[in-house]
Amino acid sequence: MSIYIDERTRVCVQGITGRDGSFHTGAMIEYGTHVVAGVTPGKGGQNRGGVPVFNTVREAVDETGANASIVFVPARFAADAAIEAAEAGVELVVVITEGVPTLDAMRLYRCTRELGVRMIGPNCPGLISPGKAKLGIMPGAIHTRGKVGVVSRSGTLTYEVVDSLRRGGIGQSTVIGIGGDPIIGTNFIDTLEAFEKDDGTSAIVLIGEIGGTDEEQAAQFISEHVTKPVVGFIAGRTAPPGRRMGHAGAIIAGGKGTAEEKIKALTDAGVPVADRPSEIPGLLQATLGR
Amino acid sequence: MKIHEYQARSILRGRGVPVPRFEVVDDPAEARRVAEEIGGMVVVKAQVHVGGRGKAGGVKLANTPEEAERHARDILGMDIKGLTVRKVMVAHAVDIEREYYVGIVVDRATKGPVYMVSSEGGVDIETVAAETPEKIFKLPIDPVQGLTVAQAAELAAHLDDRVEVVGQVAPVIIKLYNAFVQSDASLAEINPLVVSPDGKVWAVDAKMNIDDNALFRHPDIAEMRDPSGESEELRKAREMGLSFVKLDGNVGCCVNGAGLAMTTMDLIKYYGGEPANFLDIGGSSSPEKVMTAFDIITSDPNVRVILLNIFGGITRCDDVAEGLIEALEARPLSVPLVVRLTGTNEIRARQILAEHGMESAQTMDEAVEKAVAMAGGQA
Repeated sequence: MSIYIDERTRVCVQGITGRDGSFHTGAMIEYGTHVVAGVTPGKGGQNRGGVPVFNTVREAVDETGANASIVFVPARFAADAAIEAAEAGVELVVVITEGVPTLDAMRLYRCTRELGVRMIGPNCPGLISPGKAKLGIMPGAIHTRGKVGVVSRSGTLTYEVVDSLRRGGIGQSTVIGIGGDPIIGTNFIDTLEAFEKDDGTSAIVLIGEIGGTDEEQAAQFISEHVTKPVVGFIAGRTAPPGRRMGHAGAIIAGGKGTAEEKIKALTDAGVPVADRPSEIPGLLQATLGR
Repeated sequence: MKIHEYQARSILRGRGVPVPRFEVVDDPAEARRVAEEIGGMVVVKAQVHVGGRGKAGGVKLANTPEEAERHARDILGMDIKGLTVRKVMVAHAVDIEREYYVGIVVDRATKGPVYMVSSEGGVDIETVAAETPEKIFKLPIDPVQGLTVAQAAELAAHLDDRVEVVGQVAPVIIKLYNAFVQSDASLAEINPLVVSPDGKVWAVDAKMNIDDNALFRHPDIAEMRDPSGESEELRKAREMGLSFVKLDGNVGCCVNGAGLAMTTMDLIKYYGGEPANFLDIGGSSSPEKVMTAFDIITSDPNVRVILLNIFGGITRCDDVAEGLIEALEARPLSVPLVVRLTGTNEIRARQILAEHGMESAQTMDEAVEKAVAMAGGQA
């Protein structure tokens, strides 16, 4: 099993004709994902690498039965594109686009929630259920099928951790990057809840970073609702306060959101926190062996 | 992006918020002229992007135009927390009976704007939040529905119980919200919102931060950027789409992705070194980007080694390798370079590096240990 996506997921790529959209469509198909449609307004009727292109998501859904969409549309149009997908009836919208205005993200969040559509991102690497489907930009080859769920606020740091897991011989059920923006569709708690319910997941890796209090809330949720072992990692121990570390969400503001607080909250919830990504496989094995 | 107080005041004034008369000047004689035109008591305020201007002596009251000129002379050119004051605002000084705080921020938890009001205005709101949080009333706003008139009235009623004051505060609360939304602000506040002895309401100080991601919608606001508070390195980084923060160590870092960049810094520390910077090179990595990144890093004389740590996802390693070779050929580095390239198209990238006599470390731990050793070895 896995969460949110599997071999039955039928994917529509919004922005399929762009540089990133077309490159990653190829990579998703190569991984075995069922990419059934692409959408670029004005380019309907074309064909990209065997994938039919439509003008609207509605047409794509009607013609191909797509039930998930991945958005590579430029930032200024990304929220509207994702809302279009939600309104067209897909169950899952993954927004890869970086730089979506915060007010647009708020509107998108409200719309997808009201429609009961799961939204992941924006500004995220997407998600992968190894051996089943990949809706994202992560390098597929580093992932292996297994029983560890991974959830992270970062992109490349997630690949780093997955690579460590691979070296440690630990496969994954689903790996999900929830995004580094202040307003995101799916948070740690949503994902922890899904992993807890998923029969295919026996342990969880949570990768957080400085800024906000999502990790603290996740720690609280873990201590109350998660029975499966969880291992943590927090980036930004050496980050100075008051300076934004790339991600719009990664800033220690007013003394809040430090790595120390987050590590303490997780440790107090019984979650061992690794000092380095390469320690995570060892901690997982120790936890699973207990 | 931060904008200056006078710019935020202009935005609010343009929306009908009562703002005491003001002008911005860059020379003392002009300050005198403005003070004469305004008449009565004025306040001369430094326009720099730092807090605590008052404590630093950058805010002064003047009873006469001559005094305004003197204050302007003192404040212009003053150094406040490393920033030189180039402009002062001269504004009518309103008599104060009561001072309130009204402000809006983006709240991650409710995924929408949160309106905050406090009867304790005129002081640092973070201090109020830390010491007497019960004195701040917070109201989450539905970003789709917007602020309702009833909510505005509720917020105003938390500040004052006089009908004629509430009748002036509520419209200010609505106008500030509209300015927040229509400017794509991440923060908009009036502190203090003053009630003068004659019962009039005035926005005496205003602050707005604008969402960088939304500046494309606001070319007028984008033009308000004041580059004087920005270092050469930061300007270069911003223009090239790199995210850069200068630190005090000697291991320069160039990494793709904010989380991995922070982790690289953390690992440098773990292995006994000190990072010289945070630098996220972002999604694509053209030779120009790599070259600019290296320029920025090596402009710091403390840097003894550069660590390039790339995990390719949307970034393709072969692109990075080609960009790197091109950058190094155009401008050889003055410090040693440790490379770690892995992920999408990694094999091709290793071939490209090998053709040019370079290699990539296998793991991040290996790369960091090597870089730290090199930085220490040459000290």
